[in-house]
Amino acid sequence: MTDYAVDEDEVRHVAALARLGLAEGEAAEFAGQFADILEYFEALDEVPEVDAEPELTNVLRPDEVDEGLTQEEALQNAPETEDGRFKGPRVS
Amino acid sequence: MSTQASAERADLAVVIGLEVHVQLETDTKIFCGCSTTAKEDEAPNSRTCPVCLGLPGALPAVNEAAVEAAVRVGKALDAEIAPETRFHRKNYFYPDLPKNFQISQYDAPICRDGSIEVSVEGERREVVIRRAHLEEDPGSIVHAGGSIDTADYTLVDYNRAGTPLMEIVTEPDFRSPDETRAFLAKLEEVLEYLSIFDGGRDGSLRIDANVSLVPATEVADDGTIDKETLAAANRTEVKNISSHKGAEKALAYEVTRQRNAIKRGRAIDQETRHWDESRGITVSMRAKEEEKDYRYFDEADIPPLQVADWRERLSIPELPDARRERFREEYGLDNEAAAKLTSTKQVADFYEDVAGEFDPGLAATWVADVLLGELNYRDMGVADVADRLGEVVTLIRLVDKEEITRKNAEEQVLRSMLDEGVDPETVIEREGLGTADEDEVVVAVREAIDANPGAVADYHDGEDGALNYLVGQVMGATGGTADPGTVNERLRATLAEANEG
Repeated sequence: MTDYAVDEDEVRHVAALARLGLAEGEAAEFAGQFADILEYFEALDEVPEVDAEPELTNVLRPDEVDEGLTQEEALQNAPETEDGRFKGPRVS
Repeated sequence: MSTQASAERADLAVVIGLEVHVQLETDTKIFCGCSTTAKEDEAPNSRTCPVCLGLPGALPAVNEAAVEAAVRVGKALDAEIAPETRFHRKNYFYPDLPKNFQISQYDAPICRDGSIEVSVEGERREVVIRRAHLEEDPGSIVHAGGSIDTADYTLVDYNRAGTPLMEIVTEPDFRSPDETRAFLAKLEEVLEYLSIFDGGRDGSLRIDANVSLVPATEVADDGTIDKETLAAANRTEVKNISSHKGAEKALAYEVTRQRNAIKRGRAIDQETRHWDESRGITVSMRAKEEEKDYRYFDEADIPPLQVADWRERLSIPELPDARRERFREEYGLDNEAAAKLTSTKQVADFYEDVAGEFDPGLAATWVADVLLGELNYRDMGVADVADRLGEVVTLIRLVDKEEITRKNAEEQVLRSMLDEGVDPETVIEREGLGTADEDEVVVAVREAIDANPGAVADYHDGEDGALNYLVGQVMGATGGTADPGTVNERLRATLAEANEG
């Protein structure tokens, strides 16, 4: 086991939360990749500080109905549908 | 119950805290312009857009009306409106949320530190509201081909996804399932008064409850329990409760289940349980994510809100407790009538309309006893006859003008109005219920005297019952349309004349 910031157990845990199956050896592979990715982000430490832009507040929308999608449009990218609903594997 | 059993029972105190999800009545969803109004028999996935379907690149924008509703709730719960409040992403993977996260509020809820006063068996208790925050409702899932455990596949409809919800979290202040029912009924009442909640809507109220038992010796005299004791007790979270009556049943079951387990020397597992309403039991659910697994972080697409000053700007109507008190003072009503007449805002508004035109006592009898009684008998409420209240006022007016007797108005006209959907004049005309005119009464009185010489003789001999008997005869002859007081007077006068003559 290496001392990566994101270790294999953490990769497995997050994969389980996301309901992803990992193949043999993938946890180790991804833990290594995470270390690389985090290293790239360290480049940000070199960036000089600038004044933050003032944050927006209270960006609100009036309570008025907009036209949305039709059922056909809503479902057009779904791999499977049934009776106008998105169809997927069983979940518990 | 043996002495030992009752001692064990007394040795454990019930601790319950609630998370109540309330659907806010707005026209559109919380982060997009899709309608929140479900049309009858609407098609699934017919009220969606890129935002509530979680399509890439869609930008959520907060519905002003949802924020206003939240501020009003905060005001009604006597809560603080945070100077700055923001939204967060709560990450979990379940198909009811197409984005794989729910937009909610984590450590910056819009309302904090409120309270609500409830009355439990005549005793007033304060329930502390820890926080209340805004979030989006998920979509609806159908587990096709079986129950949640045995389904073959899943079907999803996102029409409900994005409906504004307010989650109201209490401190673990409840010491019995009874108290939770009283609290929830009160909360519903307050929310309905604010006109931001429709209790009749399916799924408008959803409740999760945390339940644990602690040694009764840990409860202080003022009813509080220290934090370490609470943290040490294993608790279960009961989900899928959808009404205040359901809450009482589900929690009574869960308390008994825990009590029995402890009595048998078993530990309570810290777990999530599902209330199965049809079977009347709670069942263990899959292990749920822990809070840290939600990996909450800021929703960068939604700038923070600064709406503390809306608390002053937005008004709320007189709330049920205050209105009840005013009804007692202003209209001289007793506790029971005042409580009935303020049970919903609609009833209270209607009562005030009627009390403005007629004697407040008569108005109270008509609205609280007669109308609500007849509606209740038909499993209806004032909301079901909202468009016909004018007809009820017409009927009361006819009674007030003595154009129909009160008995006929209550027992025939109102019932026909409710059962057949016809207006009062139609019923009165059809059944010939208009008050008997004077000539009719005179004729009936004369006939009753002629036909009952025995009763007349008894009356002159001073027998009390005789007059009542004769009144009954006249009422019968006029089909109940005569005013009993007038008949009484007319009989006495006619009998007196006959005696002299």
